[in-house]
Amino acid sequence: MNIHEFQARAIFARHGIPVPEAEVAATADEAAAAAERFGGQVVVKAQVHAGGRGKAGGVKLAATPAEARDSAHAILGMEIKGIEVRRVLVAPAEDIASEAYVGIVLDRARQADTIMVSSEGGVDIEEVAATMPGAIRKVAVDPRYGLLAHQAALLGHHLYDDAGAARQASSIIAKLYEAYRASGAMLAEINPMIVNPAGEVKAIDAKMNIDDNALFRLPDIAALRDTEAENPAEVRAREAQLSYIPLDGNVGCCVNGAGLAMATMDLVKYYGGEPANFLDIGGSSNPDKVVAALELITADPNVKSILFNIFGGITRCDDVANGIVEATDRMELGVPITIRLTGTNEEEGVAILAARGFEAMVDMDRAVETAVRRAGGATEGGR
Amino acid sequence: MGIFIGDDTRLVVQGITGRDGSFHTRQMMEYGTRVVAGVTPGKGGRSFDDAVPVFDTVEEVVAEAEANTSVIYVPARFAADAVFEAADAGIALIVCITEGVPVGDMLRVLPYVREKGARLIGPNCPGLIVPGRCKVGILPGQIVREGPVGIVSRSGTLTYEVIFQLTRAGIGQSACVGIGGDPLIGTDFVDCLAAFEADPETEAVAVIGEIGGTDEQVAAEYVSREMSKPVVGFIAGQTAPPGRRMGHAGAIISGSEGTAEEKIRAFESHGIGVARRPADLVGLIRDR
Repeated sequence: MNIHEFQARAIFARHGIPVPEAEVAATADEAAAAAERFGGQVVVKAQVHAGGRGKAGGVKLAATPAEARDSAHAILGMEIKGIEVRRVLVAPAEDIASEAYVGIVLDRARQADTIMVSSEGGVDIEEVAATMPGAIRKVAVDPRYGLLAHQAALLGHHLYDDAGAARQASSIIAKLYEAYRASGAMLAEINPMIVNPAGEVKAIDAKMNIDDNALFRLPDIAALRDTEAENPAEVRAREAQLSYIPLDGNVGCCVNGAGLAMATMDLVKYYGGEPANFLDIGGSSNPDKVVAALELITADPNVKSILFNIFGGITRCDDVANGIVEATDRMELGVPITIRLTGTNEEEGVAILAARGFEAMVDMDRAVETAVRRAGGATEGGR
Repeated sequence: MGIFIGDDTRLVVQGITGRDGSFHTRQMMEYGTRVVAGVTPGKGGRSFDDAVPVFDTVEEVVAEAEANTSVIYVPARFAADAVFEAADAGIALIVCITEGVPVGDMLRVLPYVREKGARLIGPNCPGLIVPGRCKVGILPGQIVREGPVGIVSRSGTLTYEVIFQLTRAGIGQSACVGIGGDPLIGTDFVDCLAAFEADPETEAVAVIGEIGGTDEQVAAEYVSREMSKPVVGFIAGQTAPPGRRMGHAGAIISGSEGTAEEKIRAFESHGIGVARRPADLVGLIRDR
């Protein structure tokens, strides 16, 4: 789960990280009022679940409340990577002597959380890794003991020669790790962490991604989910316990199992089509889930053909067949449907479909090829 | 022979009275797996289907029924503790089917299991099957067939698809292992490849990977360095967009890392034939 910068700032501040004060504004007038209260120059930042806000024009400096109003007016409603900006953060502009990067991510290969710092802040960390690997220092945290004091000290000293700044940075890093662990995070970033001319180290940006699987025991964190900032179709899918990701193609895919769903999308492409979505109806699929899946797929105006690819294991073919029948009773699909069913209770499923005039195939390749053809045939670049 | 499980397997089912646990216990017993006991805290002393004794703790099962392998079907919030419990009781092989286990839980579980000398497969996996002998988990028994090909995969139903296509083409399997779709798992590709290399009944191995992480790249290096048996592969997610979790918690392209292209390149540069479609694995295996 993604959370907004202002939410991550609040979590950081709760854990004692120095985060400058800021206000969230949903209108240009609110932004101007915030700037008025702060006095002096402010920064106006889009609050949206997407990286590259600066490059997209979603971060602006404003010298006066009037300018803050103009900046907020320009940013609110703008789309960044397809997501509409509905809120901005207004914060006093800081005097910056230097910028650094601090990040914590799960290192899958080492099976440990890894803290990474870079003396090059305010830029994309992957870029730094590629061009100036020497600027980066990493430390893996042993989950049994947590972050050790000397590790935090080492990272602080990598960033700053000045003892005072290094000590402040070490403290911020230790608190960031606490915030990360306490929030069920899989990523926490301060980019940039700054030193001001007075020698104070502060976090002037905040980013966190949360492990969805940890939310059941973190109700405060779960409450931070902003469904308005998400794709409405994905919100509906999650409510129906479906895993759904919209794409640009015209073959709507409904599959059981994530690996098979990806392989099905790839096969659509192989046969010259383009998948309209990733959709995993999951293991024990009751007919209601199938109905919800079909509602999602048919709501996408780009879909010209629907493909079911079901390999029954825990999922029973007759459940899926009943779902398809129920859905077609309730709504007009409007586009052709191609069904591949095999595995648990295959015969029952095929019979249910046949009684309603649907043909079910056993072979995945044949089904995908047929669905692509029914969508209007192979597009450019297939095979 | 097979790998990890076989005729010596004495299985305890943790969560045997639950919906999934009871269904799959029956399936495993039907397949011939020796299920010696079940565990559901608070339900000790009962009997499952008048055939399998139920205990309160894994410790009792090990003492009284000599279980050496455990399979876990408990809900996600209890899964980590179930693994800890099995490891503490001295279970050698722990297979965790449960999906949705928090990553923070797995961070603590993995070093613990290792220290106890146990092997964990999963979580979020379909388990494993040695055709004709033993199955632990949820892989459908009717699609496998005895033969020489080892299969290891991060996926569930995609693995079934590959098994199904091989079996239909007359190619049987020595063992099929689903290692799980999470970012942190107990047994990786390399562990399984090493076991297949050592298994006299395995003549070739198919590795089914997907986007996310670097497990496939590490496996590719291992194959070219350590393996004498031919290995073929398939990578799912060539059309997956970056930055999105594709159903599996571990199936995500982070920044520029973990793409299908990168993994296919790693396979090919280390001599692993890569199938463009699952169906092409059949031909690749025949050619080796």
